[in-house]
Amino acid sequence: MLRVEGLSAGYDGVPVVFDVSFEVAEGEIVAIVGSNGAGKTTVLRAVSGLVRPMSGRIEFMGRDISGLPAHAITSLGLVHVPEGRRLFAKMTVLDNLLLGAHTVPDEKLVSVALGEVYEIFPVLKERAGQKAETLSGGEQQMLAIARGLMSRPKLLMVDEMSLGLAPILVDRVLDVLTEISKRGVTVLMVEQKVEKALEMADRAYVLQTGRVVLSGTGEELLGHPDVKKAYLGM
Amino acid sequence: MHEGCQNPATCPMGRVLSRRPGWGAVPECNTGNPATTGKGTKTNVPSLRGDPRRRRSPLVHVAVGAVGVVLQVLTSGLMMGFVYALVAVGLSIIWGVMDVINFAHGEFLMVSMYSAFWLYTLLRLDPLFSWPIEMAIVFALGYLTYKVIIRRVVDAPGLAALLATFGLSLVLRNLAQFLWTPNYRFLNETLVTDKRLILGPVVLGMPQIVAAIGSVVMTILVFYFVQRTRMGRAIQATSLDKDAAKLMGIDTEKVYAFTFGLGGACVGVAGALLSSFFPVHPESGALYSLLAFVIVALGGFGNIKGALQAGVIIGVAEALGGFYLGTQFKYAVVFLIYLLVMQVRPSGLFGW
Repeated sequence: MLRVEGLSAGYDGVPVVFDVSFEVAEGEIVAIVGSNGAGKTTVLRAVSGLVRPMSGRIEFMGRDISGLPAHAITSLGLVHVPEGRRLFAKMTVLDNLLLGAHTVPDEKLVSVALGEVYEIFPVLKERAGQKAETLSGGEQQMLAIARGLMSRPKLLMVDEMSLGLAPILVDRVLDVLTEISKRGVTVLMVEQKVEKALEMADRAYVLQTGRVVLSGTGEELLGHPDVKKAYLGM
Repeated sequence: MHEGCQNPATCPMGRVLSRRPGWGAVPECNTGNPATTGKGTKTNVPSLRGDPRRRRSPLVHVAVGAVGVVLQVLTSGLMMGFVYALVAVGLSIIWGVMDVINFAHGEFLMVSMYSAFWLYTLLRLDPLFSWPIEMAIVFALGYLTYKVIIRRVVDAPGLAALLATFGLSLVLRNLAQFLWTPNYRFLNETLVTDKRLILGPVVLGMPQIVAAIGSVVMTILVFYFVQRTRMGRAIQATSLDKDAAKLMGIDTEKVYAFTFGLGGACVGVAGALLSSFFPVHPESGALYSLLAFVIVALGGFGNIKGALQAGVIIGVAEALGGFYLGTQFKYAVVFLIYLLVMQVRPSGLFGW
């Protein structure tokens, strides 16, 4: 579904990720893990068009999307839930959700999507009229995911869902991704919580200082001595 | 018509008054009836003529007159305030969404006024009906301004965008002077010209009433457009977080161009409404630019309700200041309010 080959990208002419290649197949949960500053977020930003790739090829559903503007990539069904949630804080929960469906022209489809999203996150229905900034951290993260689902994407890329959440919430929020995946949405997640991410993911890539250093199934990587040593503290 | 005038049709004061920016208070008329232009009756209006109250003691009479004057000044200020608010809403939207101060905003207004003038002069199309055309013209002007000029400088550092709009304002102003001379032009025979509404002690010019109502309606429409429609939500989202908006599939370039057009549409309507009682000339917009800037700063950037409230405050302050301190001080009052508010609340009275 998504194939990235030899991607280099960065900011102001300085590359942050070098020659990164990975693949996501339909129906999978794929994780990109690594420590802070490894370049995980930059990879996602390059895929979603927020950062222009310096070289490499990004293919989504058989189509080359490298260099397309971000809004066009979103319309193709590749949705990026950015790091730090980036909600429209001064707008209501409902307005945030409707913005998620900006690319859906049919109002009926929008209300169907809204119903589905409320089913997954009942708390958002209760809070529909509240401003997004008044939600708790966990609720905000759920809203960010829900907003991403409103356009019924084929592939959802989620960046650092666990960031800034209480440990008790992290598991609950991450479990949402498993549920979404069951509903037929392919998931590419970027996570610093390596252990939890590897447990959930079908496959994973380990990114270190801008390069892919390891890849395999979640289980393989959990058992890999380097991963254990570097990320799991064992 | 003002106090003591024998022949409204030939009275020079009526004509001049109804076209002055500070139109409001009712001064004495030199050609009037000497019997009614005395000191105590200075503030009277025709409706009081023959009123039994005239036989009351002079003190009561003065008091009634004073209340009437205050009401007159307040209503006039309020009505101009609504028009100022609409001009400011246009500036505010552009500012709030893309952080660009459109220095050519007043010139957009001037273009609208000339459009109204020429549509009237050449095609006999009254501004009362031609305003959608002016709105469309200035929308297009704003849209093109973004596409041709602002797009290249919107992300540039420093004052690039501001200087670009300043340059555009000079070009438009001088182009108008080149094409149409610097002479003042008037729309003398529109449907609202010289018509007035008398409510007790308050006399309201029909052009001002129409302008005030039109401005309020347009402001409310813009407010609901931004709050309730898909495009409006996209505008809000882009203004709050441009990158996040892109991730929603919003074409932020399109939103920027549309927003510039929408800001233009606001002054397009305002210019059409003003053209029936303000002279049309290349500098007509300059004052509005400045007032709109003050109103936006008071009301909070990108805040439409705030602009409406601040517009009314400025309109009333200008009218009161002009009446009690003298016309030459009315803008001093306006800018004094601005300076004071900026000291206490730099984000504006109703700012985010």
